[in-house]
Amino acid sequence: MTTLINNKIADQILAKHGTLENFRELRDKGVDIIQTEGLPVLKEEEYKFTAITKKLEQSIKNFGPARPVGLNKELLNKHLFEGFDGDLIVFDNGNFSQELSKLSGQDYSLVSLDQAQSENFGKIAKMEKDPFTALNSATFGNGVSIHVGKNKQISKPIFILFFNKANDGEVISTRVFIQVEDNSEVTFLENTVSLDDAPYFANAVTEIKVAQNAHVHYSRLQDESRKAIVVNNFETDIHRDATFTSSLVSLSGDMVRNNLSLNLLDSGCEGNMYGLYLLNGKTHVDNHTNVDHTKPHSESNELYKGILADHSRGVFNGKIFVRQDAQKTNAFQQNNNILLSEDATVNTKPQLEIWADDVKCSHGCTTGQLDEEALFYLQARGLGKEQARALLLYAFAGEVLEKISNEQFRNFVTEKVEERLGGSY
Amino acid sequence: MLTIKNLHASIEGNEILRGINLEIKPGEIHAIMGPNGSGKSTLASVLAGREEYEVTDGEVIFQGKDLLEMAPEERAREGVFLAFQYPVEIPGVSTTNFLRTAVNQVREHRGLEALDAVKFLSVMKEKMKLVEIDQKLMSRSLNEGFSGGEKKRNEIFQMAMLEPKLSILDETDSGLDIDALKIVSNGVNKLKTSETATIVVTHYQRLLDYIVPDFVHVLYKGQIVKSGSKELALELEEKGYDWIKEEVESASV
Ligand SMILES: Nc1ncnc2c1ncn2[C@@H]1O[C@H](COP(=O)(O)OP(=O)(O)OP(=O)(O)O)[C@@H](O)[C@H]1O
Ligand SMILES: [Mg+2]
Repeated sequence: MTTLINNKIADQILAKHGTLENFRELRDKGVDIIQTEGLPVLKEEEYKFTAITKKLEQSIKNFGPARPVGLNKELLNKHLFEGFDGDLIVFDNGNFSQELSKLSGQDYSLVSLDQAQSENFGKIAKMEKDPFTALNSATFGNGVSIHVGKNKQISKPIFILFFNKANDGEVISTRVFIQVEDNSEVTFLENTVSLDDAPYFANAVTEIKVAQNAHVHYSRLQDESRKAIVVNNFETDIHRDATFTSSLVSLSGDMVRNNLSLNLLDSGCEGNMYGLYLLNGKTHVDNHTNVDHTKPHSESNELYKGILADHSRGVFNGKIFVRQDAQKTNAFQQNNNILLSEDATVNTKPQLEIWADDVKCSHGCTTGQLDEEALFYLQARGLGKEQARALLLYAFAGEVLEKISNEQFRNFVTEKVEERLGGSY
Repeated sequence: MLTIKNLHASIEGNEILRGINLEIKPGEIHAIMGPNGSGKSTLASVLAGREEYEVTDGEVIFQGKDLLEMAPEERAREGVFLAFQYPVEIPGVSTTNFLRTAVNQVREHRGLEALDAVKFLSVMKEKMKLVEIDQKLMSRSLNEGFSGGEKKRNEIFQMAMLEPKLSILDETDSGLDIDALKIVSNGVNKLKTSETATIVVTHYQRLLDYIVPDFVHVLYKGQIVKSGSKELALELEEKGYDWIKEEVESASV
């Protein structure tokens, strides 16, 4: 019965997207995987708490591709953040918009995916790992390819801004492919704007190669509409002595699933994963992270924090894989949650698989209420209860916010967080 | 200033305070002593408004107002200050961070204008000298990794900033070495005026050499079983509490 539903939805999506002519090999493989596996059902361990397929069936009416909405500069400027100074890459319903993107002439190349020639494309994010990656491979439209050559310091951030809206179709398939070559440094920022409240299904894939001794920061804000169904698969290959840092702040959405995979392919790699989910209403956010240590002397740090109010739900699943070769690995993981309501829930699960014997690995997770003692202490000093609560929650969230390296973007996200903490809780 | 009448309070169904009576006038210093677990901190917490404790009987009038009706922050703004026996550690919140809001809330309540950042800083510097507290502590996470002495000094520093009418010092002296004790007592004494009153909860008469009480009360099993002058503290130091316990037990037979 359930498999029927799966394939029904997968079939509808594929049928409505037709056969796309470019990237034939990749697309055929995607179709193949989807047709044999279907979309995940609850019985599957990986999607145990996140019934995304069922959600799609309930909320999405038209499984065709959302057509470009025709953005304009005015709208765009409204969604830049204060102090923004960098390059802007705009997506209109999953399609890269060359006209609206604005580059400041920094030394790297940006082309639509069609024009990119790279053997890495489609290989970093593995379709076998997640059917939504396969689905995206079959359906993505006009994506973007960014290439930063060797020894480049890209000093201004590259800001990718996605505009989403159901429009003659409710499926938005975004594809981003980034390669940062040896010794280069770059910061990416990301935000997604829902143009209205109608449900849509955004299914994004981002692949990043971080070559030897390169350093990449990637900060994302998820603040989509209350009806948005979002899946994103974000995977990076990190080479020798390279560093990759991800910060992800989730504030809204209907059901959101984030898969984040860091492949530490060599020695001296550093992979950092920071996340904050600040949820209310009925928002459901599921963060699945995966760090794969393959060689000796690499390090990973992970800190995810959740504040959950109302009927919201958080899922955290942190996989740390340390292969037999990966001696002297340092891997740290923390997940802390504060539940502000009896109806809010969190499912948290560390998953450690360690095959090397000489490693330093630690993990911890906590789920609790707001610290009443601290609350009383602040009240006893004259702070109002609401004020004291907001201050404590903000301090809790601050540990993640401070990891956002770009100051202007950090301020922008911080303001959203403060608004939420001072307001709807 | 403060009148406590027949105060009963319990937690999780256990009655801890069993009829406290106490009258405190402006300018006075009252010491409360008593064996471990007798209810000293409970009394302090109830006065500061801790919600876990249920007041089952009695009343507390502070400057003509019903204190028990007020939320903890209102009490603080009205001028009640509790220096915690165990100051809470709050990761991510520094003293500077919350204290300006606190001070301005209190000032607003008293009809004073808010301190701007510059003025606040200069007041802070002045009060920091009073308890010889290190500037560096002010910007660190509150009480996290502070030594015992630093925590207690930070409590008195906050008291200095908030300028309360009634200060309740719950074992502010416990664990302090003599130098720190002198600094803390000196701070308390300098802040004292004829308009303010202080309750010092302590186990050690040593403190009372520096903060000299007008009255000493012994709290035992949730009641004030004996009151006297500061000589009572010396007597307790010398003889312990057994004689008082005996007095109480024999009286209740
Ligand atoms: N949260 C609580 N839950 C249950 N019992 C409590 C709680 N807090 C205090 N008590 C009990 O109330 C009694 C009085 O405690 P309180 O802390 O007021 O004593 P105290 O006189 O301050 O002792 P000390 O000198 O050790 O600080 C004790 O028996 C204690 O176990
Ligand atoms: Mg006590």
